[in-house]
Amino acid sequence: MPDTHEDLDTREDDVALRVRAIESLLIEKGLVQPAALAAIVETYETKIGPHNGAQVVARAWTDPAFKARLLSNATGAIAELGFSGVQGEDMVVVENTPTVHNMVVCTLCSCYPWPTLGLPPNWYKSAPYRARVVIDPRGVLSEFGVDLPPEKEVRVWDSNAELRYLVLPERPAGTEGMDAAALAALVTRDAMIGTGVAAAAGAGGAP
Amino acid sequence: MNGVHDLGGMHGMGPINPEPNEPVFHAPWERTVFGLFITTFAGGHFNVDEFRHAIERMDPAHYLRSPYYEHWLHAMESLLVQRGALTPDEIDGRMAQLAKEPA
Repeated sequence: MPDTHEDLDTREDDVALRVRAIESLLIEKGLVQPAALAAIVETYETKIGPHNGAQVVARAWTDPAFKARLLSNATGAIAELGFSGVQGEDMVVVENTPTVHNMVVCTLCSCYPWPTLGLPPNWYKSAPYRARVVIDPRGVLSEFGVDLPPEKEVRVWDSNAELRYLVLPERPAGTEGMDAAALAALVTRDAMIGTGVAAAAGAGGAP
Repeated sequence: MNGVHDLGGMHGMGPINPEPNEPVFHAPWERTVFGLFITTFAGGHFNVDEFRHAIERMDPAHYLRSPYYEHWLHAMESLLVQRGALTPDEIDGRMAQLAKEPA
């Protein structure tokens, strides 16, 4: 590890300079179009994110036929809502129930369902999460403020380059009268990774 | 391969420390690396398996201490150089030139 912040900053400056050099060379050679680059980045910063997955979950909570399709053919059911594409080509949805809690990881790298959740947070790609969630999932859950009863089974799913998982959280109590749009606001990113649960009615929330 | 990337079950990596209200990218260069990856991937310069393998070939100490998008930078640069789209001399030369200009 670098010894001081100064070392870290110097390294980061060097990385940033390297990126500018590669970007300018690729543009100069016609291998990258600046407009395409800007459009891609904007899409992933503003359009694609956990609000997409939240719509899938809310629909499953309010439409039993959709939920059945989602659990039997997730890729097809998610495509009905238009959230398909790169890194979401083969989806599996795992359902949380009163007796089972599911969590998702990519121990080898960073595989994540982009069309429904956007780009993953840093902790999801970090060594501590990837190392620990498969041997100490309850300890990891505690770190996220989630304490499950000991009798509840915890299942951890390891994503890979071909197949991506999304957790269908349990619908919170007291939400019987809410429509899909109001329900979607309760579905956090972490609830769909399995490091969280859906927010209580009236709470709303991120992440 | 049981390289350093194969982290599942390893002890001693410390707490997770999730960041509240985390931005999609943490620095402008991360945003650029993401965009360059998508465009060069779409341009057929490498496939996903080659990209991941290039990350897995990183020096283990470098892998563990570097931010995530530096893994992507390393893999993309290695593959573009391997395929002849860029040369190390070009990159070094451009870095030296840009270092003299304001960002």
